[in-house]
Amino acid sequence: MALLRTTSPHLHGPQTTQHVMQQLLLATVPGLIALSWHFGWGSLINIVIASCTALACEATIVSLRKRPAWFYLRDCSALVTAVLIGLALPPLAPWWVVVVATTFAIVIAKHLYGGMGYNPFNPAMVGYVVVLVSFPVEMTTWPVAQSMLPDGLSTPGLWESIQVVFQFSGSAVDSYSSAYHSIDAYTAATPLDSFKHNNGLLAEQFYDQDAWFVGGRWAGAGWEWVNLGFLTGGCYLLYQRIFTWHAPVAMLSALSIMAWLNFDGGSSVSNGSASMHLLSGATMLGAFFIVTDPVTSAVSHTGRLIYGALIGVLIFVIRAWGNYPDAVAFAVLLMNFAAPFIDYYTLPRTYGHEKYGLGKKASTSQQSLDKD
Amino acid sequence: MPELSALQLLLTGVIAMVVLSAVFGAILGFAAIRFKVEGNPLVEQIDALLPQTQCGQCGHPGCRPYAQAIVDEGEAINHCPPGGQATINALANLLDIPAPELDEEHGEEAELKTVAYIREAECIGCTKCIVACPVDAILGAAKLMHTVIADECTGCDLCVEPCPVDCIDMLPVPKSLSDWHWDTPDQAVSTRRNTQLIATDREPDVAA
Amino acid sequence: MNKTWDIPGGIHPPENKLQSLKQGIAEVPLPDILILPLNQHIGAPAMPVVKPGDTVLKGQLVAEPNGFVSAAVHAPSSGAIEAIEDRAIPHPSAMDASCIVIRTDGEDRWVDLHPNRDYRALTIRQLLNLVRDAGITGMGGAGFPSAVKLQPRQSIGTLIINATECEPYITADDGLIRERADEIVIGIDILAQILGNPQQILIGIENNKPEAYTALVNACESAAKNGAITSSIEVVSFATKYPSGGEKQLIQILTGQEVPSGKLPAELGIVCHNIGTVYAVFRAVYLGEPLISRITTVTGNSCTKPGNYEVLLGTPTNHLLGTAGFDEVLCQRLIMGGPMMGYTLNDLNAPVIKSTNCLLAADIVESPAGNPAQACIRCGHCSEVCPASLLPQQLYWYAKARDYDQLANHHLADCIECGACSYVCPSEIPLVQYYRAAKGEIRLIEQEVIVSDRARQRFEYHQERLTKAEQDRTAKREARREEARKKAAELAKNNSESSSADESDVNVDSEVIQAALARVSATKNSPEQELKRLERAVTAAENRLAKAEEKLRQCPDDDSRKKVLEAAVAQTRLRHDDAVNKLSRFKIADIASEQTQSANASAKLADDPTDKDQLASDRASLAIKNAQLKAARQADMSELEKLQNQHDSLQKRVEKARNRLEQAISDNDDNIDAYRVAVEKLDIKLNNSETAIANFVPDDRTSDTLHIEDSEQHN
Repeated sequence: MALLRTTSPHLHGPQTTQHVMQQLLLATVPGLIALSWHFGWGSLINIVIASCTALACEATIVSLRKRPAWFYLRDCSALVTAVLIGLALPPLAPWWVVVVATTFAIVIAKHLYGGMGYNPFNPAMVGYVVVLVSFPVEMTTWPVAQSMLPDGLSTPGLWESIQVVFQFSGSAVDSYSSAYHSIDAYTAATPLDSFKHNNGLLAEQFYDQDAWFVGGRWAGAGWEWVNLGFLTGGCYLLYQRIFTWHAPVAMLSALSIMAWLNFDGGSSVSNGSASMHLLSGATMLGAFFIVTDPVTSAVSHTGRLIYGALIGVLIFVIRAWGNYPDAVAFAVLLMNFAAPFIDYYTLPRTYGHEKYGLGKKASTSQQSLDKD
Repeated sequence: MPELSALQLLLTGVIAMVVLSAVFGAILGFAAIRFKVEGNPLVEQIDALLPQTQCGQCGHPGCRPYAQAIVDEGEAINHCPPGGQATINALANLLDIPAPELDEEHGEEAELKTVAYIREAECIGCTKCIVACPVDAILGAAKLMHTVIADECTGCDLCVEPCPVDCIDMLPVPKSLSDWHWDTPDQAVSTRRNTQLIATDREPDVAA
Repeated sequence: MNKTWDIPGGIHPPENKLQSLKQGIAEVPLPDILILPLNQHIGAPAMPVVKPGDTVLKGQLVAEPNGFVSAAVHAPSSGAIEAIEDRAIPHPSAMDASCIVIRTDGEDRWVDLHPNRDYRALTIRQLLNLVRDAGITGMGGAGFPSAVKLQPRQSIGTLIINATECEPYITADDGLIRERADEIVIGIDILAQILGNPQQILIGIENNKPEAYTALVNACESAAKNGAITSSIEVVSFATKYPSGGEKQLIQILTGQEVPSGKLPAELGIVCHNIGTVYAVFRAVYLGEPLISRITTVTGNSCTKPGNYEVLLGTPTNHLLGTAGFDEVLCQRLIMGGPMMGYTLNDLNAPVIKSTNCLLAADIVESPAGNPAQACIRCGHCSEVCPASLLPQQLYWYAKARDYDQLANHHLADCIECGACSYVCPSEIPLVQYYRAAKGEIRLIEQEVIVSDRARQRFEYHQERLTKAEQDRTAKREARREEARKKAAELAKNNSESSSADESDVNVDSEVIQAALARVSATKNSPEQELKRLERAVTAAENRLAKAEEKLRQCPDDDSRKKVLEAAVAQTRLRHDDAVNKLSRFKIADIASEQTQSANASAKLADDPTDKDQLASDRASLAIKNAQLKAARQADMSELEKLQNQHDSLQKRVEKARNRLEQAISDNDDNIDAYRVAVEKLDIKLNNSETAIANFVPDDRTSDTLHIEDSEQHN
């Protein structure tokens, strides 16, 4: 008999970090399917490239830090970062964009800050922002949705996509144009982008005329389904109790309230409608996969409500009045800064204490669970 | 009259500045008195950190004199072997200076806490140890057997040398159940596999 | 149905209670020996009142409480006291502690019992004494002496009986209630009487024990109907959730109140007792039986006959486990108490004690060896389940960093160590162990502060006393001198001469001391001392260099540490060179004289027979200086040098002792014998140290041959 001498508890619940990460990966599937359905193979290729890069980077760094690589790879956290980057980047983005984003995320945003659990910023968003700022052309070249293509054309096949991604014939634009005859047919600004560059049309008119919104039901062809896919995944995660509802719900509510307050269909300078903000861009991906990242968010329930709500507000502010059409990454990174601060002011009230927050000088006498 | 208004402007500015500085000065002065942080004198604070063995290994006749010497004469803070590195670190933290290593000229840090024990059958009642004890932890009278109050003994060793019949031993304090507590997992000898995995980034220190 | 409140957090681990409820409470055959630890409770260990060889009867007092917070121990069966010695006890430290060992005679003969069927006729004091004399402690796990809890300073409005039993696996209370609800109700009535009949009596029970609930309700009703009890008891059932059985949690569930941090429930007018304790009180008062047995759940996959057993206290666990069909091969962990808060046992001979509510012999499926801890991902699950609304992950960071101030700020003291946070932690971090370690560390630090404060105070008094004594002496001397002068003035010239002689005597005395002290203090910063310090530094550096090189040599080539070691050697070499340089710059000869002088001074002082009192304080400071010198000399010395040094000091002491002996012989002192013994003993010590030096195996031959020659010269 091996009589172990360990401290209680001697039981452990079913949830492990690995399990959490696997559930997260599983929950991205509906969104990924929607992305692939509407925009072709690009996202899948992104994910494959990002995953390989992430695993290689993780293994290298972990070995450099003299720790067992397999132990760290097994928790799947690098894979989650990679998949999120793959989903966030434009489908058919050149391979090196994906590699740069992923490497930056794993090496600098994650491991230079101490590795898993210590990173103050969401690695996937750091990687995304780095390439967004560095390679604006590549990052704003989105393929159009399947449904918007002229008759007779369809999204590029797997081999064609690989050709585009690996730029067999030079730059991204060249790849597009050489693989297809007309680049314009395949790429376009995203719905949020087009709305931002609305030239003098009334908002309602714009919604009636723009190709994205003509092809879509609520918020742009394809995009709405992608967002609904991520929403489905998020609901699954909530059901599995991987995270609490506070942050995503707060973020989505804040965003919709902001959009609703600022929407005026009869104005040409109006901001987008609530449904457009909710179901376009990276809203749902952000709400359920980025904002809920425990490492970089606030901890208590109140803290998460504040954290989520402020992200929602920031997203709207940047989308409406900033330079970038989408803003999830920036909003999240800005709020990552604020998370410890929010934590500090949202400490729960401990049992037996009247005041919330830190005690000045608590008595430190030994107490145990007294069951007499 | 533009000149006058310029002068007025200047005057207004000067007066405003004077009033403002007076007001803020008053506020600051009030705050300085009202919210004054009552600090112990430095000697008290240092003395509170010292282990109070009163052993004199630092070269001062007791802990308080050593604290006094640190403050007045700038004595080094690493002369206290009973306190060891923990005390040095605490002192360095208090005085906001880098923590030096223990100066081994004053002795080495003991691994075990000890107390004096008088083999009572052999004691001749000379009172020499009673005189030497800095904390009056030895009981006895001339020509009568002495004994050590173990709870009060600081383990300073000063009574051993004066004993003419060499009947004082320094015995390690036995570990008791009430002192026991769990170690943190990184210290504990655990049967878990690879417990050290997360515990530390570094390889075990290779002492120079 | 009473209103209940919810507690924050909590978890729902698999209950695993059914397997031990298949059978009723079973008996355990009488074991051959019973081991009764003297400290089965929180508080001071009991004092034995028997000695080895005594025969005792069942229920006889064998150890009495030692202080207010302590509990008596009784013999659980008749037999003979075999020993009172340290044995393995059930404690997480796996340490041994003092136990009374009884070899049973198989007759199981009771002492005369004094039942009190009419307990209402007794006074509160009498009832309390009965509870105290029966050695009853909390039976739920913590083991706090019950009599103490029954005499709160505040008046009690609510008596809460804890029948929650929220830990998985344990069914001891459940089994007890099912079979002995009537007795329990009487026990509650007794407690109510002791507490001055509180307005409200609540029994808290989780809704996963419907049979027990019904049994209690029926018992209460029938007892109230036939007038057996006067108090009205409400049985309150609430949703099952761990850790609702914690005292503070149960109070929150039943009353909605929170026990203020650092305070006792009595401050709210609430007293909480475990239902097992209530049953023990019933037996102690109603039947007059002291606490000698309890109901313990023996369960786990390694037992073929899991169930509840009525077991005598002191029964070795292997005897109890044997009764329950224990398979040692299957057992992975043997846990005393529940799986959430119990501790593992290392020794199967450890006995069942008053607080043993469960023995869980878990196999590898039930209790797999934990995975290595992963990094905390701040998921916050721990703070979601914490019943005290703490921030476990913050506590974890601070406990790891040993930041005790921050731990206090984050209310570590309010952690009840229920283990819910560790249970849900996806990274499998042993959080509770961190908290326990930090709490223990904080407790020790607090104790140390108390001890050192006391030492400081005593030292200050000591100093004060010395100063005062000195002042008194001076005053007396002055007075004497004054008197002498007066006398001299009054008396004739002949008499005045003797007084002046007396005066000069005193002066000579103090001059000697002054000179000795001056010499000692002069050595402190003299160039000779400095030179020696440098020499020592060089020797030390040499030693360190040798050690470092040795380490490097031993280190295998492919080892990753090799580089570090090489760097270390290089650094040490630099330091060594530095020390050598400093020494060469500081060449002054003739150094020994000062030290011998100081030694002489101390010898002279120590042997000086005159005026011991006056010299005392000076001598203390001289001893300090000596100790300091000795320590300085010992520092940075090699093992052999230390031995050598010890040897030298021993030699000096031998000489001193011999001188003293001779003087004693010549003075015909009373203590000749003692001095002689001391000399003999010192001689033995000296011999030992010589052999130690002779047997010393030198590491580095070139340097040590010198020392050996050196030591031979000394001998």
